Amino acid sequence: MTASDLLALLPLLLVAATSVIVMLAAAVHRNHALALVLTLLGLAGAFCSVFFAHLRQVTALLIIDSYALFFMGLIVAASFTVALLAYGYLAAREGNREEFYVLILVATLGAMVLAASTHFVSFFLGLEILSVALYALISYLHGRALPVEAGIKYLVLAAASAAFLLFGIALLYAALGTMEFARVAQILATTVDLNLTLLLPGVALIVTGIGFKLALVPFHMWTPDVYEGAPAPVTAFVATVSKGGMFALLLRYFHQSGAHTFAPVFLMFSIIAVASMFAGNLLALLQNNVKRILAYSSIAQMGYLLVAFQIGGPIGTSAAAFYLVAYFVMTLGAFAVVTVLSERERDADLLDDYRGLFWRRPALALVFTAMLLSLAGIPLTAGFLGKFYIVAAGASAGAWALIVILVITSTIGLFYYLRVVVVLYQQPATSDRAHEPIPRQASAATLVLAALTVILVWLGVYPTPLLRVIQAAIGSLG
Amino acid sequence: MILLWLIVVLLAGGVFAWLAARSNPLLCRWISLVAIGIDLVLVLGLWVRNFKVSVTGTNNWFEQVDWNWIPQFGIHFHLAMDGLSLLLVLLTLFLGVAAVVASWTEITFGIGFFHFNLLWILAGITGVFLALDMFLFYFAWELMLVPMYFLIAIWGHERRIYAAVKFFLFTQLSGLLMLIAILALYFAHYRATGIYTFEYEDLLHTPLDPHTAMWIMLGFFIAFAVKLPMVPFHTWLADAHTQAPTAGSIILAGLLLKTGAYGLIRFVVPLFPGAAREFAPVAMTLAIVGILYGAILAFGQTDLKRLVAYTSISHLGFVLLGVFAANALALQGAVMTMICHGISTGALFIVVGALQQRTHTRAIADMGGLWATVPRMSGVALFFALASLGLPGLGDFIGEFLVLLGTYQVNVAMAAVAAVGVLTATFYALRFVQRVFQGPNSHPWQLADLMVREGLLLGSMVALLLWLGLYPQPVFRLLAHAVAQFPAIWR
Repeated sequence: MTASDLLALLPLLLVAATSVIVMLAAAVHRNHALALVLTLLGLAGAFCSVFFAHLRQVTALLIIDSYALFFMGLIVAASFTVALLAYGYLAAREGNREEFYVLILVATLGAMVLAASTHFVSFFLGLEILSVALYALISYLHGRALPVEAGIKYLVLAAASAAFLLFGIALLYAALGTMEFARVAQILATTVDLNLTLLLPGVALIVTGIGFKLALVPFHMWTPDVYEGAPAPVTAFVATVSKGGMFALLLRYFHQSGAHTFAPVFLMFSIIAVASMFAGNLLALLQNNVKRILAYSSIAQMGYLLVAFQIGGPIGTSAAAFYLVAYFVMTLGAFAVVTVLSERERDADLLDDYRGLFWRRPALALVFTAMLLSLAGIPLTAGFLGKFYIVAAGASAGAWALIVILVITSTIGLFYYLRVVVVLYQQPATSDRAHEPIPRQASAATLVLAALTVILVWLGVYPTPLLRVIQAAIGSLG
Repeated sequence: MILLWLIVVLLAGGVFAWLAARSNPLLCRWISLVAIGIDLVLVLGLWVRNFKVSVTGTNNWFEQVDWNWIPQFGIHFHLAMDGLSLLLVLLTLFLGVAAVVASWTEITFGIGFFHFNLLWILAGITGVFLALDMFLFYFAWELMLVPMYFLIAIWGHERRIYAAVKFFLFTQLSGLLMLIAILALYFAHYRATGIYTFEYEDLLHTPLDPHTAMWIMLGFFIAFAVKLPMVPFHTWLADAHTQAPTAGSIILAGLLLKTGAYGLIRFVVPLFPGAAREFAPVAMTLAIVGILYGAILAFGQTDLKRLVAYTSISHLGFVLLGVFAANALALQGAVMTMICHGISTGALFIVVGALQQRTHTRAIADMGGLWATVPRMSGVALFFALASLGLPGLGDFIGEFLVLLGTYQVNVAMAAVAAVGVLTATFYALRFVQRVFQGPNSHPWQLADLMVREGLLLGSMVALLLWLGLYPQPVFRLLAHAVAQFPAIWR
């Protein structure tokens, strides 16, 4: 491995090193603020290094191209946000706090490996680094019932899905004799009589593993429970970083291999996308818990992303990348509000916790409104342009059925977003808890909320710079 | 630049009004008035400056702003104003003033946020009337929904949330249909010319095969027909109008419905003349159904606000009829009806709102004989009821008469049936006056008559309707260019 290789891997190395440093620091002297500062410094360093990293293939496992760097930057930025949010949240709760940051850093590393992997081995490695850290993160408040339940549920299902994935990889290897994405693509493109009896089950099993991580229907069962049970900042992390890393890999793999244009694979993804859009949006209608609503909403959002992915080509892939950025911003924003509102004993997840919020904390309510409207795809927000981009990509490819379904289901989705928004603006009854003073949130969280809102509106009004970056990144995929 | 200022002043005014309300609610109301006032002066200035050139001239637009916005998609920030948009922006601003004044005492909580929403709706509507880039148009089209939703959901009456959500879902779904249609047109243009553009004037000349054109036209048409609203897409209207606060009803009936009509005039027929020609008989039939059905529904209502709401369906039916009759007379009539309906229905909503504020009911059955206790209000109500039924000498008459005249040239039978609609208007308008203001005051009500603020507002609306009814020439002058450009779809 040369110096140039190391320079290329700088973002990954920085995050890995930071996790060790934070762990050692905690071993010497426990200090919550110190752990946070070290984490933030490490993540900020990793983010900056994204702009300087050398572009090259490092071993057969990882490639550092502008596509990988783009998603690494996104993942690191999201982890930075989650760390900031977690500080105020953890400070108000029992137990050790420093390990949280170690776990966050490790999970981030896993997601970054996913974004850069070109080989099924690095795929599996990244996935496991991410998942193992997530088991601990989800049940981080281990003295409480809900987080532990969620953690165990996630552990069992994630382990099972990893097993499926591994088996799928084995079948693929048996059929093709390679685990490199590029080689796989080459063989698929050139070989006439493929061994479909091994190949198709292999692909199906791999899709199962990916579908679980992305919470696509029918692999979505864990989502509402884990979203509800996990501490709010961790939920934000699961919803963004973990799915983002996996989606980056999915996009890269299929963009390169073109496997999703095979009729059976295309059909499979179409069914999954349509089912996710319908199930996510319809089931969210039945919920009264804000975290569960957001869980089902994220299932639907993944369905929209899958539509862009299905369309493929430069425009579909760019649309997916743009929507993913928008999804990161609005999901982090929504969970940031949940985090800020959460009380010491439990997270603010009931609709009642939000009743009349606008009349008590107008700024917070407006931020939440902006995030929800963005999830619903209303103009002035990043979510609108993201959806616009997907529909445009669909129209360019003539995928009318998919985008009509997208339009119909997102109108259904509007209904439950509005339900939450309505609650925010209801007049509080005179005597209830509405008049209880809410503790001021930590200034870090205020900063996060303000920054996310600004980014949300900025992307919704002037997306040109981001589009340029994305198109360059997608261009590097070839 | 001036066009950009029109929107910026409203947006900034909304923010300042909100901030001001924390210290002083009265200041907030005045800031709103001043912001709209500045815009009114700017637009009137534009009218005066272009008074001469408007009749002839090769330049299509009085004023333009055109900047690159998202070059990757060929999206421009392109605003432009011609006679049609000038008239509608004027109407927007005038009704904006009316909405602020009408809610002067009605809105008692969340005053800052209320005026913020109000001004942002006006900004969105102004954007819709000025946008020449299809993406920008869609952007503004969607933008006006959110504050309108808040207006209904927060300050509305007893079933406000149901009404607000229904309104939002209807318009959002139809809006998304339009988005698909816009994109289909965009890519059709790309395939034909190799250029990605959302520019209205470029898209005008997109070669389309008739089948595609029909589908894309239908996407646009349904979006606008829901807003209009055309039967059978009208079911959101009565709930939204009834549950909204007075200011909301004024803006809904006076302006939001007009954005649908504007879309038909500006986009549907000029972009797809061939498809519009083929579709015209269906649209006109539905228009006539709407005229009659709206009138019958209005006649049957027991709720005062619902009654006024349903009359809109009937009046906007004339607009739809006029647009698809598509000759100079019908088109001038359609625009005239849009303006006069905005004023007269807005005024009726103010009267009904004032009554509701005083009596705390909207049930017609509870009222009666109010003329004795509120003579000024009753007189004004009678005036606007007469305007609404199409009394000659008032603006509404000019509009509907011209539409009928224009339709007659195209199809005599349709004109004849539509004329019956004018007759049915008499029933609901007079029933409204008789049940509410005449007869015995059995309750018995003792109410405060119009205040100076309300009197001035309604008085100016009376004056406008009289002016439009007696000397509509300046309006037609403004429209001349737009009318001349309109494709003649009937030959």
